[in-house]
Amino acid sequence: MNAPVIIDRDGLNRLISVLVGMGFQVVGPTVRDEAIVYEPLDSIKDLPEGFTDEQDGGIYRLKKRTDKALFGYSVGPHSWKKFLHPPERRLWGAEADGSDFEIKPEKLESPKFAFLGVRACEMHAIAIQDKVFINGKYVDPVYQVRRENAFFIAVNCGQAGGTCFCVSMNTGPNIEEGFDLALTEILDEDHHHFVVEVGSQQGANCLAQLTHRQARSEEVEAAKNIVAQTAQQMGRTLNTTDIKELLYENLEHPRWDEIAERCLSCANCTMVCPTCFCSTVEDVTDITGMHAERWQKWDSCFTMDFTYLHGGEVRASTKSRYRQWLTHKLASWQDQFGSSGCVGCGRCITWCPPAIDFTEEVLQIRDSATQLSEPT
Amino acid sequence: MSQISKPKLAVWKFASCDGCQLSLLDCEDDLLAVSQEIEIAHFPEASRAVMKGPYDLSLVEGSITTPHDAERIHKIRRSSKYLITIGACATAGGIQALRNFKDVNEFISIVYATPSFIDTLQKSTPISDHIKVDFELRGCPIDKGQLIEVICAFLKGRKPNTPAHSTCIECKRRGTVCVMVAQGKMCMGPVTHAGCGALCPSYNRGCYGCFGPQETTNTGSLSAQLKKMGANDDEIVRTFRGFNAYAEPFRRESELHDKKNN
Repeated sequence: MNAPVIIDRDGLNRLISVLVGMGFQVVGPTVRDEAIVYEPLDSIKDLPEGFTDEQDGGIYRLKKRTDKALFGYSVGPHSWKKFLHPPERRLWGAEADGSDFEIKPEKLESPKFAFLGVRACEMHAIAIQDKVFINGKYVDPVYQVRRENAFFIAVNCGQAGGTCFCVSMNTGPNIEEGFDLALTEILDEDHHHFVVEVGSQQGANCLAQLTHRQARSEEVEAAKNIVAQTAQQMGRTLNTTDIKELLYENLEHPRWDEIAERCLSCANCTMVCPTCFCSTVEDVTDITGMHAERWQKWDSCFTMDFTYLHGGEVRASTKSRYRQWLTHKLASWQDQFGSSGCVGCGRCITWCPPAIDFTEEVLQIRDSATQLSEPT
Repeated sequence: MSQISKPKLAVWKFASCDGCQLSLLDCEDDLLAVSQEIEIAHFPEASRAVMKGPYDLSLVEGSITTPHDAERIHKIRRSSKYLITIGACATAGGIQALRNFKDVNEFISIVYATPSFIDTLQKSTPISDHIKVDFELRGCPIDKGQLIEVICAFLKGRKPNTPAHSTCIECKRRGTVCVMVAQGKMCMGPVTHAGCGALCPSYNRGCYGCFGPQETTNTGSLSAQLKKMGANDDEIVRTFRGFNAYAEPFRRESELHDKKNN
């Protein structure tokens, strides 16, 4: 769209006020409980200034930086799905009326969210959830209203995390589309400013209310170099060549048994995954039996209830559940939605207590795979 | 609705601290609604006025620790249409099941001036070891919201919503940051049954496992991870020997790390 511009820290702060003035609730990264989480922001003072993170399998540590970067870290335990696809919500209530009952639909009221600090992998994750919730035959109205009203301020990653592999999944680190504004943070001895790309008319309108100037070509170049450098720092890699066939042909690989010995079936991987979308519904009544409610809650393919049908669970073993999850992410997701279900954010590796490494498991299967069948 | 047609509820106490019964009294506003829908027929903790059985629903707190209680529970079962056990004592033997790992006669000889007055069993056992139980509600103490849910569900003839998955799911739904991953704290959450709403991690503490084992526990993997984080065998034994020490997966895991057995 427009040529990139420069805003400074005050400009970013002003952007938050402008969005608040437009009726948005601005949410973004902030420090809480020794991690960087996504929560409502009032000003740039709430951002994790001078913080970074160190991540590895089963380990996340918040660290101090030597500079005052506002976005000098990679993705944390939260993802934006908690705003677009709330963890718990009431679908409807019902009141008994004699021998009949009346359904009380839930009002479709939602704050208008402005997401500040959305990374490239996360933009891709949201695009994947769009396919699930709004682009198909059955539309989730709550996701739809939240998604369509949302304003996206994306941020190019200035460094990769220890469990990042977006380059392997072709989902980053460069922000390409779907944003209203996209920032690259430039921080050196003399400067602390943001190169801003404009991705929508609404983005341009917001920018018009901030002090900004055209970016010089060397500034645009510097921003590109930062992202190119990040691409070189990926903590993990995943070879996706023929991955669907690889997994389909190795459903009985001994590695699945080995993973099952370590897997806790705790479901943390699915909860932190920005594309996992499964939910369950619970029907509740009050003590009088005159009032009932149906609630939707995040669920996971690692619970026993998930595949409970008449007579028992379809996937009773941990082996079958982990295999289902990984194979769905990387293989059957392609059949179902036309893309991979993994964006390489690395959350499932970092937040797995026994440090099961998604990329390592695929590598082990590939290295000792059943011979791939010849193309027919 | 006439008084007579209300279902009759009884609350019974065995070896326990009374905390789970108090959860019922702690229901406050909901308790009024409960008492309008059901006849609280036998609840000595709340009222000396007790009605005779049979009862439509019995809530049983506490574990079996004496020969007398081992008899008494059968009488209660016979007078109850549905019998639900509430809390870690009733569902797993409770904290007093720590005796099960030792010789109870040694305790008696040390603690009591006249050990011959003491008539106790070698082990503290859950109610389900003695009689058929219709439903077990976990927790130390139980969650009052879940208690109301279970009472409502039984009165309406539906399945209660008390998911048996890990506590981690509750942490993630409420947005709590994992204390094990982000702070390196020992946490029983991955092997523990949900139900408390993941209370302790929301206060930056590891889960103590008050709700007992989740549906698919992999205690060995958790122990291996706790060791990697620096825990020794004694600490692992103590971690698994809490309020649900005698719940099968926790008992087995603690015994694997108990020097006495190795």
